[in-house]
Amino acid sequence: MNRIAVEKKVLNENQLLADQLRERYRQHGVLCLNLISAPGSGKTALLERTLERLDKSTRVAVLTGDLQTENDATRLAKFGFPVKQITTGGTCHLDARMIERHLEGWKLEELDLLIVENVGNLVCPASYDLGEDAKIVLLSTTEGEDKPLKYPSIFFKSELMLLTKIDLLPYVPFKAELARENARRIHPGMEIIDVSSITGEGLDRWMEWLRTREAKAKPAAAGA
Amino acid sequence: MHELAIATSILNCVQAEAARMPKARITKVGVKIGELAGVDRDALQFGFEVLVKDTEWQALALELEYVPRMQRCSKCTYEFRMTEFDPRCPLCGDASTDCISGEELDIAYLEVEE
Repeated sequence: MNRIAVEKKVLNENQLLADQLRERYRQHGVLCLNLISAPGSGKTALLERTLERLDKSTRVAVLTGDLQTENDATRLAKFGFPVKQITTGGTCHLDARMIERHLEGWKLEELDLLIVENVGNLVCPASYDLGEDAKIVLLSTTEGEDKPLKYPSIFFKSELMLLTKIDLLPYVPFKAELARENARRIHPGMEIIDVSSITGEGLDRWMEWLRTREAKAKPAAAGA
Repeated sequence: MHELAIATSILNCVQAEAARMPKARITKVGVKIGELAGVDRDALQFGFEVLVKDTEWQALALELEYVPRMQRCSKCTYEFRMTEFDPRCPLCGDASTDCISGEELDIAYLEVEE
């Protein structure tokens, strides 16, 4: 019997596709963000408030993933930007092939920002690279402060954590400081922004983060 | 519950390797699962068994190796296993340590009979 070393990623095929997507985004200066959270943490609400705040000339598109229904795409299409629903039909995460397929018909050179709203799930989406520049994880004040400890993978891999529904803090037993502390135990130095999609609190900081990242994704004006 | 999708990816990978060496019979595939990979080993093992059952791959064994999260201190270069979610260096106390392993989801080896 022989043992042969392989050294290959299990999700090699997804990784190759994700790398191709990342290269395409880079070539066209598109910032791609992958929004991940448990179901009901406020991904779609945050996107509504985000699209609402963007200048109409902003070149943004949204891919939104769910197991079933076109409801989220309908909600987000109201803002006049291109939106496509990805219905996975039961699959608990988006993979790079789904993204590639749904990008068909959109010209990346006409985009500055592509936001992917993943399927509501803190586990599986963490394993699938979609070629994004950054993963963003949402944690809402109606969940447990220990979510980062229970689902370390996604908190470790996310560049930014948005603590959502902070307007509910006076009414729920959620300890925001403990949640932040837990997140930073998993991912020291992770950026955290508190937001409320209802009152609008914190959204200016979030939009600022978005603009800064968008500028970074653009090729430098000189010598690019 | 994406372990069945991961089991499928493992089997696809084995099949691709098998096609490259038609004379060998692959009996086992070894996979590294990092602490941060977000993959449940029992569910993966179960999913894999279901996947190969009653197929030509029925006899293929899946061996999983767990890889703990290791950190390296950027100040004193000490390497340690991170426990209790505490990233601080146990030697010098510095808080700026980097993760050096634990994200693996890799096919490590195949065992073959020629």
